[in-house]
Amino acid sequence: MQKIIANTTVEVTEQGYLEDFNQWTKEIGTEIAKEKEIEMTDEHWKVITYLQEKHKNEEALSVRGIKKSGVVNIKEFYSLFPGGPLKISTMIAGIPKPKSCI
Amino acid sequence: MATKVKKMLFILSKATIENVYAAFIMANGARMEGIDAEIFFTFFGLEAIQKKKLEHLHVATVGNPAMHIPTLLGALPGMEAFATKMMKKEMEKLDMPPVGEFLEILSDSGVNLWACKLAVEMFHLEEKDLIDELDGILTIGDFYNRANEDGTHLLFI
Repeated sequence: MQKIIANTTVEVTEQGYLEDFNQWTKEIGTEIAKEKEIEMTDEHWKVITYLQEKHKNEEALSVRGIKKSGVVNIKEFYSLFPGGPLKISTMIAGIPKPKSCI
Repeated sequence: MATKVKKMLFILSKATIENVYAAFIMANGARMEGIDAEIFFTFFGLEAIQKKKLEHLHVATVGNPAMHIPTLLGALPGMEAFATKMMKKEMEKLDMPPVGEFLEILSDSGVNLWACKLAVEMFHLEEKDLIDELDGILTIGDFYNRANEDGTHLLFI
C-alpha cells in the first residue's frame, strides 16, 4: 500500500516496512522513528547504517549479530530502540523485518 | 503491533538441550517483541546456570520418541554425545549461540534470571557455582509476586 512519509509517497507493507529500499531517504527514516517516538542521534544512525550494510550484503540479522557487530552492544541496542529493537530499527532503516527467530 | 502479552515468566525445570533452548529462544523472542521476560531455573534446570555444567548439556536419546532411535540403542555409550554433537552443529548453522553466550545475550536484553532457592539448597549449590549474570535466588512465592501484573503469562518447561 501507499503511504506519504516526509512528503514522499512510498510503498509500504501492512506493518509499515518499506517495500523498496531504493525509496529510502534519511528524512523518511527520521519520520518513521518519530512515529515510534524515537529522536534520531548519531548513535542511532550508526546502527541504521550497519543494518543497511548487512542488508546490501544479504546477511541475515539477529541479536547475536548485533552483539558481534562492534557498532553497539545489546544493552545499548535495547535502549536506543525500546520496545522491540530489531523490528523497529529495520523499519527505520527501510529494510525488511527480519524473519529469524533469534 | 500491540500485544496483550506484557510479560512472560518461564520456569525451566529440565537440563536437556532442547528444553533449555526452548526457554531461551522464547525469552529472547519475547524481548525482541517488546515483551518483558524472566526465567526461573529450578531442579535440573539449574544445570543451565552452573558455570561448570552449562556447556555440557545433552540432548536426551533415551525415552525420547522423536529421536527415532530404539531406546536400547539410545542407551549405548557415546550415543548421547553423538546426538548432542549433531544437534549443536545444526544449531550453529542457524547462528544459535552456545548456552553461555546465550545467557549473556538474555541478560543484556533485560531478561531477569532467577535460581530457585529450594532447588539450590537441595543440590548443595552456592552462589559462586552459578553464573555471574544471575539476578538472584528466589522462593516460589517471590517468583509468583513477579507475576502480579496484568498480561503476565507463566510457562513451565
